[in-house]
Amino acid sequence: MTAQGVTARGVAARADILVLGGGGVGCSAALHLAQRGRRVLLLERGLVGGQASGVNYGGVRQQGRNPAELPIARRSREVWGRLGALTGTDAEFSVTGHLKLARSAAEEAELVAYREVAEAHGLPLRLIGRNALHRDYPWLGPAVVAGSLAPEDGSANPRLMAPALARAARAAGAEIREHCAITDFAREEGGFVLRSAAGEEFRAPLLLNVAGFWGGAVAEAFGEAVPITPLSPNMVVTEPVRYFIEPNLGVVGGNVYLRQIPRGNVILGGGVGESEPERRWARPLPEVTMQALAHAVRLVPALAGVQVIRSWSGIDGQMPDRIPVIGPSRTTPGLFHAFGFSGHGFQLGPGLGAILAELMTEGRTDVPLDAFRIDRFHPAGGPPH
Amino acid sequence: MMRVAVVGAGPAGVRAVEVLLEAGLRPVWIDEAAEGGGRIYQRPPAPLRRDAKALYGFEAGRATALHAALEAATARAEWRPQTLAWHIRPAARRLFTLHRGHQGVVEYDAALLCTGAMDRVIPVPGWTRPGVTTLGGAQIALKAQGCGIGRRVAFLGSGPLLWLVAYQYARAGAEVAAVLDTTPFLTKLKAAPGLLRNGPVFAKGLYYTAWLRARGVRIAEGITPLAIEGDDRSNGGGDGGGVTALRWRDAAGREDSVACDAVGLGWGLKPEAQLADLAGIPFDFDARQHNWVPRRDAAGRTPVPGHYLAGDGAGIGGAEVAELAGARAALALLADAGLPVEAARVAALDRALAAQARFRAALERAFPFPAALAAALPDAALLCRCEGLTAGELRAAARAEHAPGIAPEMNRAKAFTRVGMGRCQGRVCGAAAAEILAAELGQPVEAIGRLRGQPPVKPMPIPAVEPVA
Repeated sequence: MTAQGVTARGVAARADILVLGGGGVGCSAALHLAQRGRRVLLLERGLVGGQASGVNYGGVRQQGRNPAELPIARRSREVWGRLGALTGTDAEFSVTGHLKLARSAAEEAELVAYREVAEAHGLPLRLIGRNALHRDYPWLGPAVVAGSLAPEDGSANPRLMAPALARAARAAGAEIREHCAITDFAREEGGFVLRSAAGEEFRAPLLLNVAGFWGGAVAEAFGEAVPITPLSPNMVVTEPVRYFIEPNLGVVGGNVYLRQIPRGNVILGGGVGESEPERRWARPLPEVTMQALAHAVRLVPALAGVQVIRSWSGIDGQMPDRIPVIGPSRTTPGLFHAFGFSGHGFQLGPGLGAILAELMTEGRTDVPLDAFRIDRFHPAGGPPH
Repeated sequence: MMRVAVVGAGPAGVRAVEVLLEAGLRPVWIDEAAEGGGRIYQRPPAPLRRDAKALYGFEAGRATALHAALEAATARAEWRPQTLAWHIRPAARRLFTLHRGHQGVVEYDAALLCTGAMDRVIPVPGWTRPGVTTLGGAQIALKAQGCGIGRRVAFLGSGPLLWLVAYQYARAGAEVAAVLDTTPFLTKLKAAPGLLRNGPVFAKGLYYTAWLRARGVRIAEGITPLAIEGDDRSNGGGDGGGVTALRWRDAAGREDSVACDAVGLGWGLKPEAQLADLAGIPFDFDARQHNWVPRRDAAGRTPVPGHYLAGDGAGIGGAEVAELAGARAALALLADAGLPVEAARVAALDRALAAQARFRAALERAFPFPAALAAALPDAALLCRCEGLTAGELRAAARAEHAPGIAPEMNRAKAFTRVGMGRCQGRVCGAAAAEILAAELGQPVEAIGRLRGQPPVKPMPIPAVEPVA
């Protein structure tokens, strides 16, 4: 069932489907495609889960998403629930609830408005008023005026998710090629021909572009450039302290988010760092880190004095409308895209891989994907050729 | 005027600042300690002050001279003691500092990093018991606080510091239970011709050993440590009880042990090069030192323009080398800025540094890092104390059945197992962890990379109030 062929120079490795990019979506797609009996060859420039999928905050969150994403998020939540059975590890997925907080009346109004959106998609949310909130979560600061709890949401360890899916995909027959940077993209008679920096050649009739920020360059190579920019989350973790923050916390506006794991570390983020995608380098900005810490202390005053032990970042792709590109190419038959998750693709990965496997093998899926069309950035006409 | 930031006020930093002041500059000078001097010439707080001879022995003259230079220089430089440089952005030429809980920013045109070294630790079963500390830590307790780490202390490890600290403890009146050197005598003997290049240093080493032997201190060489034992009843079970004994296997394969209430251990030094790492300076594996060291030329220039390195933070050379290298790097910085430097002075420093490098090579041959000892840590032994990770848990990450997958290099092992992810960020366990993972993968240690640096350089408290913009 593995992809056949030698990959010495000049001899092509052939597969049914080439998956370009070893993030959460790519690894999940490889797994689900292999489960459907397809010969899958996944090509990853570094190690699987090395960028956005592996360095993010670890939020497994449906609440607060763009309504267009909710059907994918609902499907993905179901996959998260059986990740242990699927991959051999639950990647520390923990259903703690996601508590989104308001710090003003205007922010509270947003929480109220979102509940209707969530209801329409079957996502249960519970609004909590000021008094009940401070009674149930006495460690919240006085600036917090209301909250909205998504009991099904939680968090997981991003360092484990994509590698675990990749391992399961391998076990299901997919071939995962790490340290394999693709430099040439072409579509010839009968399918796609990709060439690596090392001169290897890979061929398949179908190609899935799940290359994160770099997915933009892949799309461009096939004549459908999109306005994508690099996004580097500014992440921080503290030393372990007494476990007291159970839910994953967010705020309206999103300028800070934080969670505590049972071993005691508090993981928090907010704002963006700096990056140089061409050398895959990203780092948090110290000024932004200090701002995020200030926001965090206003939310949970007991965090003052807790020691920060590390900060980090990675590279995701951001679209102008903050939702990804998902679906078939408009220029190239056999090419499918899923990239530009704009900082919130981690939860979507496991489920979206299954959806893409459906789409690429059956030509259809029940999940509405129209909002994510790649040509939505060129409303006047077709994409430039 | 060009603004130069110097980080560190040990031997390298002091001599660097001296040169910069002579050139008419007024550098910003940052050091974590209150009174500078570096770890080697750390001084007791004023009420505990003792005379230099008692504190530094043979090094008293050097220490006194360095302290005098330090005091003169702090008066003229923009001196910032008790300040941690927790991050650096070379592109913006900004250093981010923490001084007694307050955040600060230092803008610079050129930076000279003299960030020193720390003990290289090999975990031994029982190494986290109360009463176990590093050789350097044991020495600082004596130098800076006038106290020992125990009443009856065993010293374990390898390198010149092992013998020096044992000697200093005995001189200070502590009972030295044993000096246990993991390096076989023969290895040291083979390196003797090279060590003689620096006669005085070699003679001091011999003197310490002979002095200890003459006083009947138990000495064993070529040993393999087995465990640091403790009184676990005193701590309600577990292995958190204080030290009661050190057990080892001698060169002939016999088990032996000695009763003690404290253990000082260490296997040479490793650069404290986190700031260099954050500055984007590439690192190379130095096979002789068996350390990853930031890249620099003989003068201390790095591939990152405007950024210079000197002292043990740029590769272990010792205090004498650090003084020379500090002055040399400062001269390189001045020359690169188009300021006049005296060619004869540069040449003299280069000659002295070259001679020291030959001696250092012999020293590394005499006390090679016992990689096999580190790699052999038993599965059940604690490896990463911050994260409570055993050697066996790290080894598991090198095997195919590991649930998220095989960790083919150090940073992936960190991601999977949390090794080096805690408060110390791998500064303590990193060297041994790399040996364990490399051995399990069947790779040379330099092939599996090194833990990448992430800010902050050391833990940093979340401020209670908003930072001033």
